[in-house]
Amino acid sequence: MLKYIIKRILMLIPVLLGATFIVFTVMDMTPGDPAVAKLGVDATVEQIEELRESMGLNDPFLLRYGRFIWKLIQGDLGTSYKNDLDVMEQIMQRMPYTFLLSFAALLFAILVGVPAGIISARRQYTIFDNCTMVLTLVGASAPHFWLGLMGVIVFAVKLGWLPAAYSASGSLATGIILPMLTLGMNSTALVTRMTRSAMLDVMNQDYVDTARAKGISEKTVVFRHMLRNALIPIITVLGLQFGSLLGGAVTTETIFAWPGIGRYIVESISNKDTPCVLGAVVMLAIIVTVINLLVDIIYAFVDPRIKSQYKSMVRRASKNG
Amino acid sequence: MAKLHSKGQPVRQRSLMQEAWLQFKSNRLAICGLIVIGLLLLISIGTTIIDLVDGGALYKQLVTKQNLLEKLDPPSATHILGCDEYGRDLFFRILWGTRYSLFAGVCTILVAVLIGGIFGAIAGYYGGKIDNVIMRVMDMMMTVPSLVLAMAIVAALGSSLVNLLIALATSQVPQFARIVRSSVMAVKGSEYVEATKAVGASDALIIAKYIIPNALSPVIVQGTLGVATTILNVAGMSFLGLGIQPPAPEWGSILSSARIYMREAWHISVFPGLAIVICILSLNLLGDGLRDALDPKQKR
Repeated sequence: MLKYIIKRILMLIPVLLGATFIVFTVMDMTPGDPAVAKLGVDATVEQIEELRESMGLNDPFLLRYGRFIWKLIQGDLGTSYKNDLDVMEQIMQRMPYTFLLSFAALLFAILVGVPAGIISARRQYTIFDNCTMVLTLVGASAPHFWLGLMGVIVFAVKLGWLPAAYSASGSLATGIILPMLTLGMNSTALVTRMTRSAMLDVMNQDYVDTARAKGISEKTVVFRHMLRNALIPIITVLGLQFGSLLGGAVTTETIFAWPGIGRYIVESISNKDTPCVLGAVVMLAIIVTVINLLVDIIYAFVDPRIKSQYKSMVRRASKNG
Repeated sequence: MAKLHSKGQPVRQRSLMQEAWLQFKSNRLAICGLIVIGLLLLISIGTTIIDLVDGGALYKQLVTKQNLLEKLDPPSATHILGCDEYGRDLFFRILWGTRYSLFAGVCTILVAVLIGGIFGAIAGYYGGKIDNVIMRVMDMMMTVPSLVLAMAIVAALGSSLVNLLIALATSQVPQFARIVRSSVMAVKGSEYVEATKAVGASDALIIAKYIIPNALSPVIVQGTLGVATTILNVAGMSFLGLGIQPPAPEWGSILSSARIYMREAWHISVFPGLAIVICILSLNLLGDGLRDALDPKQKR
């Protein structure tokens, strides 16, 4: 198991390098001279040339990428063009908010989606099941930002129960409810559907009948025998969800003025603040990659088949090599 | 069976496509999706033809002409969905906005299918190192969330419709590369392809006759769902002000300007979003139906 984890972590390095390379290349195509952006239009040609030289902008592309990675490893993402603040520091201030929001949304999806899916599967084709399926179809199709607006209109404007936007002075507990629901709705719908179909798949298996025939209580049959086997596709969906949750956080954070990384990216883009955009996107890519890895490792714990598959893969590889 | 034999007719064989159509027809939700998407396509094409014929006169009169007297009017008999902050009829704006979403979605996916298909086919056909390099690059592209990658590209290249489409197509390429690669690999090793090669068929013939048909159904299924994702992303980017700019009546950009008037005019926020939901819901239903019909292995 330890070997599997170490190997997977080593495989992470080329993927991370590649992802940062793609983002770096894209951001390098930004028109305009960073030196001019920093000094302003009144700067003389000599001043600009001097700054270009000291910023290393005249170096070849690969050297600049290499330097960027070297600094990134040391936790240095440069400074903002706009206010000279340290980019890494700014990102680290905002990251907890994005994590909090995404985890809250994911937790909501699990706590609501899994039970709803189980009940739906056990009462297939009843009114509860049909209503749940219609709700999940709509929930999976509605865009985050629209759900957010609807939430604000109903719960903040009409009913006045919840705040319409985050404020530093307000309570975090009430402030997070609407953003969490907004961001979590699509995932909840997907988790419900996935749980339902995974449960339906295992429900008619022979071993479930066997378990019942042995006189095991219904609760144990559902949770031990059915849910445990249905869990693998559910975890797959949840793992894939995290990436899209972080993506969806961008619009959700913008609506609710949530001080996370998504809003930071949007603000930096409108300020044309390239180092901030680059840094934030790179950090998001790194986080998504690391989370995907964690999901893969959790799989191996939940499903012994994956581990043995890996073992036979290693055996074959060592035979060939 | 008995009916067929009593008439003395031979049992008619159905082609794979007929079989799929029969399966698809029995799925009522998927048919609904198909009808709605057909309608939306008709609207998009219709409004475009009208604009081309009268040189945009009707577009100007119905969609962009401001009438501040009717500013923020709620839904009524004259304006069934109400008016926006410049007194423009919301119903016509949503109607004319259909084409942005649909054309952007369809064009983006066509480009992504083409590029992803070529890379996937090369990777699957030649295998080995080329395969490894291409697929690892695709893996890397998949690690960046599509909306975030699109934002980075638009930030670098500037916000215009073409850049937006490039950005969204780029983020969809890896999926299609994966699908085409696995279809190609499945066919490549089969005996009938070996046999065709043995009688001297060219690579082009093999690709046209065996590989493309085999990859078609998963690509169609993923393509339908990809159009939905792209429409959501276009609307999301426009909502953030990084996509299609006002006064173009794109659904996401209408929603973006509606935010300021949430308190006094709820209708501007509600209806464009409903249009998006209906469109995406239909595409998802259609995609699910197509998957069940074309790809029995993936049936859920």
